[in-house]
Amino acid sequence: MNAIIITAVWGAVMMFSGIIFKKNDTIRFTAILGLLLLLIGNIMEMRGSRLFDIDVHNMLYFESFGLLFNSIAFGSTLFYFLLSAKDIEKVGTNVGEYFALIFFVLCGVSIISSFNTLLMLFLGIEILSIPLYILTGSDKRDLKSNEASLKYLLMGSFSTGLMLLGIAFLYGASEKGTFFIDDLAIGKAVASPLFIVGLILLMVSMAFKVSAAPFHFWTPDVYDGAPTVFTSFMATIVKAAAFIAFIRLFHDSFNDIKPDWQIFIAIITAATLLIGNLTAVFQQSVKRMLAYSSIAQAGFMLFALLTLNSTSQEGILLYTAAYSIATIGIFAILIKMKDYTFDGFNGLAKHQPVLAAVNTIFLLSLAGIPLTAGFFAKYYMLAAVLQTGKFLWLVIFAILCAAVSVYYYFRVIQAMYFKEGAAQIHETSPTFKALLIIIAIIVILLGIFPQWLIDTLYNINIYG
Amino acid sequence: MIPVLLILIPLVTGLIGFFIKSDNGSKSWSLFSSIVTMVITFAGVALTNGNPHLKFDTEWLPSLNSHFSVEMDGMGKILTLLTAISFPIIFIATWRSSYKNPGSFFALMLLSQAGLMGVFLAMDALLFYFFWELALIPVYFLCSQWGGEKRIHATFKFFIYTFIGSLFMLIGIIYLYYHTKDHSFSITSFYSLRSIISSQEQSWLFWLFFIAFAIKMPIFPFHTWQPDTYEQSPTAVTMVLSGIMVKMGLFGLIRWLAPVLAVGTWAWGDTVSLLCVIGMIYASLVAIRQNDLKRMVAYSSIAHIGLMCLAVFATTQSGMQGVMIQMFNHGINIIGLWIVVELIERQYHTRKISELGGLALQSPSLALLLVIIALANVALPLTNAFIGEFMMFNGVYSSGATQYNVVFTAIAAISIILSAVYMLNMIQKVFYGNTNALTANGYDIKANEKIILAVIVVLILVMGVYPQPIFELTKGTVDSILGKMSYK
Repeated sequence: MNAIIITAVWGAVMMFSGIIFKKNDTIRFTAILGLLLLLIGNIMEMRGSRLFDIDVHNMLYFESFGLLFNSIAFGSTLFYFLLSAKDIEKVGTNVGEYFALIFFVLCGVSIISSFNTLLMLFLGIEILSIPLYILTGSDKRDLKSNEASLKYLLMGSFSTGLMLLGIAFLYGASEKGTFFIDDLAIGKAVASPLFIVGLILLMVSMAFKVSAAPFHFWTPDVYDGAPTVFTSFMATIVKAAAFIAFIRLFHDSFNDIKPDWQIFIAIITAATLLIGNLTAVFQQSVKRMLAYSSIAQAGFMLFALLTLNSTSQEGILLYTAAYSIATIGIFAILIKMKDYTFDGFNGLAKHQPVLAAVNTIFLLSLAGIPLTAGFFAKYYMLAAVLQTGKFLWLVIFAILCAAVSVYYYFRVIQAMYFKEGAAQIHETSPTFKALLIIIAIIVILLGIFPQWLIDTLYNINIYG
Repeated sequence: MIPVLLILIPLVTGLIGFFIKSDNGSKSWSLFSSIVTMVITFAGVALTNGNPHLKFDTEWLPSLNSHFSVEMDGMGKILTLLTAISFPIIFIATWRSSYKNPGSFFALMLLSQAGLMGVFLAMDALLFYFFWELALIPVYFLCSQWGGEKRIHATFKFFIYTFIGSLFMLIGIIYLYYHTKDHSFSITSFYSLRSIISSQEQSWLFWLFFIAFAIKMPIFPFHTWQPDTYEQSPTAVTMVLSGIMVKMGLFGLIRWLAPVLAVGTWAWGDTVSLLCVIGMIYASLVAIRQNDLKRMVAYSSIAHIGLMCLAVFATTQSGMQGVMIQMFNHGINIIGLWIVVELIERQYHTRKISELGGLALQSPSLALLLVIIALANVALPLTNAFIGEFMMFNGVYSSGATQYNVVFTAIAAISIILSAVYMLNMIQKVFYGNTNALTANGYDIKANEKIILAVIVVLILVMGVYPQPIFELTKGTVDSILGKMSYK
């Protein structure tokens, strides 16, 4: 509850900050302050102290999994602000509004990590999506940005329509006529056809939000067209949040009828892995490559949805954390590059050894190489599937795709270290580099002791 | 505590090494580090197996029940010894080579040493996997940054190959982990799996592991990355790759595959043995046709490793003991060969056999030392490789694991004859015959190079005459592994 209130209030504060404060620095400082408050508020809630006592008629339900994810999302956003807040200012003139929109997105994030009815899920998704449509088109002078925004809005509205339709079907098909996700669980293995139709519609619209194939077509264009700072935010925190909602929904409502939908998810997973990885190979622009890589990573995260066991619950939290901080780091460096193509990175190691080194660590983490957080993220996902004893073919397929992913991640490393060139880069401050080094150290520490994240977060939570 | 030191020293000194800028400084630093590691290894080898100082165990990932568990057993001793001796030799032998960014170069070398040590010491499957990859990453950067012209392409192929292999192995490890009674990665839990895992499962699980090991060794037809990578890498890295890293594959096979999935190993023994002998003949024939010294040595290495892998699948006392001693000897011999190649290349700026000739006139001591090393490579009696290869042939011939033992022995023996062909041919063309315009102004090798080659030659001869200490070191390991592999 703390997070929802704080994000909404601070979003409003940020809207007016543009009028009150004249300096961008002050606005940025206010935003970072708000995020710190938000993080503290969320941790307080995990420790059991709610700042606000509002009767939500059981429509929201705050349990450790969602709150843990909130902490990860807010922590990642904090890194994102610290690294890239200055670049947000460069997008346009209305700096306060961008921050406000980001806070509203975070409000949506906190709702979909705690929804208890389909109505709240729908509200959360919308609160999360609408600011994103605006952020995507925030570079008003850039046609590509406008196009991306319109495309995103149209496709997003379409998927929202499907979601509403699915919710209506489920409402009609459920025995009690309910929106509550616990009551939707029918407790037996046979579901009516109407119920399945509703479920599949909901699955399609959620798959759209997490950009799983074959509902991924909007992703590359939108990620490519949006201002790079906002792509970074969309591809990480927002996508991870959609995953958490997806998993909570299916875990609470549809776990009993797993055999009915599992094969669809398996096929979606395979398609996502294949399309994401293969298409990423052919990209010339690193930004677009990262868009496809985010699809490919979504394929791995779908394993958590496929299995829905305790290993995958821990795993998805680790995965979202590992993926988010590494991607935010790469984007932060990418924003500083003058040329977004692979060739633009040529010879970066010579002029900017620190940036090249940390970028390498982030890329290795995305590729899932041991000693980085990404390895354990992938480990948990593979282990979750192997634990069930089914879908071995999918595991084999996934590791072949992981091998493909090495190709495009290493292309950047090769460009930075082994190719001759003079990579053009905007000015970077020492604090920016120091922060990147800290993030890189976190990535490595998580790669050696992943339970630090999971245990620490579990320990500060007394609900159990 | 000793095994932890063996991993930590190269790791920490390696990380520090990144910050050393001067050429000589980083060379001395890495040499110093590797000598300290070597001394500690000697101390470890001197202790009897099972001594508490040779073990270390602490909880690593409680939620997964994975331990940081390292131990120096008989086989571990042999291979850590090889690693510990090789690195100082490599550093001294390549002292005169200059690299840009020397700090990073030597730091990465030390990191790869830490990874190798970890692989040979790990007693926990997840830890083993960790070190397995940790050894690979620095080598990838070493080859790509300091290698030859086609380095990026060649080493990338190498990386992708081994990465796919290791991912398959990771799946195998996780699968076995979920089948252990106590959900543990420890090697003892893995060894108790043989009665739990059915023979059908074993037969496909075998390949998940074996592909990883076969790529690393490499075994035909997984070898295609190897000649290119050896050729393109800087010679110091090639020495690490061919002298020590290929042993990771054999080591994994002996420690993590054959005793764990004994039924699978028996079931596929003939198939793998067939691949081994095909590879041996094929690689030897290709080696004869090579004009580039590096490629020739690379192919000869495929043939030698093939024999060792064949001997593992023979499952006999003699064969396994031969593999143990030969893993060590092959490392020493091939590093010796690479040093000679490096010396020739540095002096004459070519590795083409056709462009060289008459080197013995200019460099008599080099020629003398090379001849001994080359003869060891052909396994002539009195050299170290003779003992190992003899025992392996004996083991393969007397093997009860296959009905084709005579055929395998015969084909493998042909490859030994072929190895004499290409080695002697190389010696004759490069060192004897007439000098040409390129080689007429050659000079003999320097003192430090003489000393290093002499050390190798002494090792070759001593091990060839008195291999008993190594037998005693590994006897326990060999017996226990054969006991677990036996089909009862």
